[in-house]
Amino acid sequence: MGLEESLPSGVLLTTVEKFAGYARKGSLWPATFGLACCAIEMMTTGGARYDLARFGMEVFRASPRQADLMIVAGRVSQKMAPVLRQIYDQMPGPKWVLAMGVCASSGGMFNNYAIVQGVDHVVPVDIYLPGCPPRPEMLIDAILKLHDQIQDTKLGPHRKQEIIALEAEALTAAPTSEMRGLLR
Amino acid sequence: MAELPQAARGFGVTFFTMFKKVVTEQYPEDRDKYPPKPRFHGRHQLNRWADGLEKCIGCELCAWACPADAIFVEGASNSEEERFSPGERYGRVYQINYLRCIFCGLCIEACPTRALTMTNDYELADSSRASLIYEKVDLLGPMLPGMLPAPHPMVPGLTDSDYYAGKVKGSVPEQANDRPAAGGLGATS
Repeated sequence: MGLEESLPSGVLLTTVEKFAGYARKGSLWPATFGLACCAIEMMTTGGARYDLARFGMEVFRASPRQADLMIVAGRVSQKMAPVLRQIYDQMPGPKWVLAMGVCASSGGMFNNYAIVQGVDHVVPVDIYLPGCPPRPEMLIDAILKLHDQIQDTKLGPHRKQEIIALEAEALTAAPTSEMRGLLR
Repeated sequence: MAELPQAARGFGVTFFTMFKKVVTEQYPEDRDKYPPKPRFHGRHQLNRWADGLEKCIGCELCAWACPADAIFVEGASNSEEERFSPGERYGRVYQINYLRCIFCGLCIEACPTRALTMTNDYELADSSRASLIYEKVDLLGPMLPGMLPAPHPMVPGLTDSDYYAGKVKGSVPEQANDRPAAGGLGATS
């Protein structure tokens, strides 16, 4: 991304990682991407009673260039999917996606040809939030869990090592067809 | 300067708001101060009888009632050696996909033995799809005092009808003596 990516691995990088994580999680700016009833709960969460401003994210940006968290609130139709992807591509990195509600996460009860069966078919999702719609506390809980993920984000050489480790782990993992047990 | 009194009145509203009660709920810190209503539809729970046998009989009525097809149940037969629930059948596999579940409660209405109820837990967010499919071990209720982990026989002298009539008040020592050595599928927690 910037200068922090070219730091050598060591104490300096871990300190910068901690600081960058703290700064990033302290000022997440969500893009308004309300598509259905979940958006009503999302608006409530930004309101006075639940007050997302306590976490530094009261500014719901209507322009994706100023946002770094996309809260996909509601069902995504096949026609909306390219729009969703374009908005995601327009957001500057580092960026995160929160699939709010069961429709955005997996299609929910709308198991039909009109609805994308989970936005992870279109964009990479960092955290899934069940509920139909989730209450504002559930959204805040998901955001706080996302904050923990952001705090632990690796940078530069550490991120490269993490990618290599994740790939090695994925290559040795059992394919779904060979899995045995109760999950089937 | 006719606007000045108007402006003063406007700022007066702002000023007196300082003395109003704060409506903001400090959610993660003060979550116990604002519990959901007792009938709130939260995460499911599979209940047990007072002696620890499971209430679920694997009838799949919850799965049939589910409008989102979020529940998967596979029943199996109880045997005298390995008994998980009173009666003939028990739920061997029980899964709820929380990325499909819409918390409507139709499964609760469908359950004939009150095996499935809903708790008030709502903090369910997670980072992968697989971790949001809850298995039987995740859904089974806690072992309360007087309960014995299944599998074990029914209370001696009682039939399954007596269980459904609510005549079981707790486990008896004979049930523990007859237990098989190795725990089965439902012997967790």
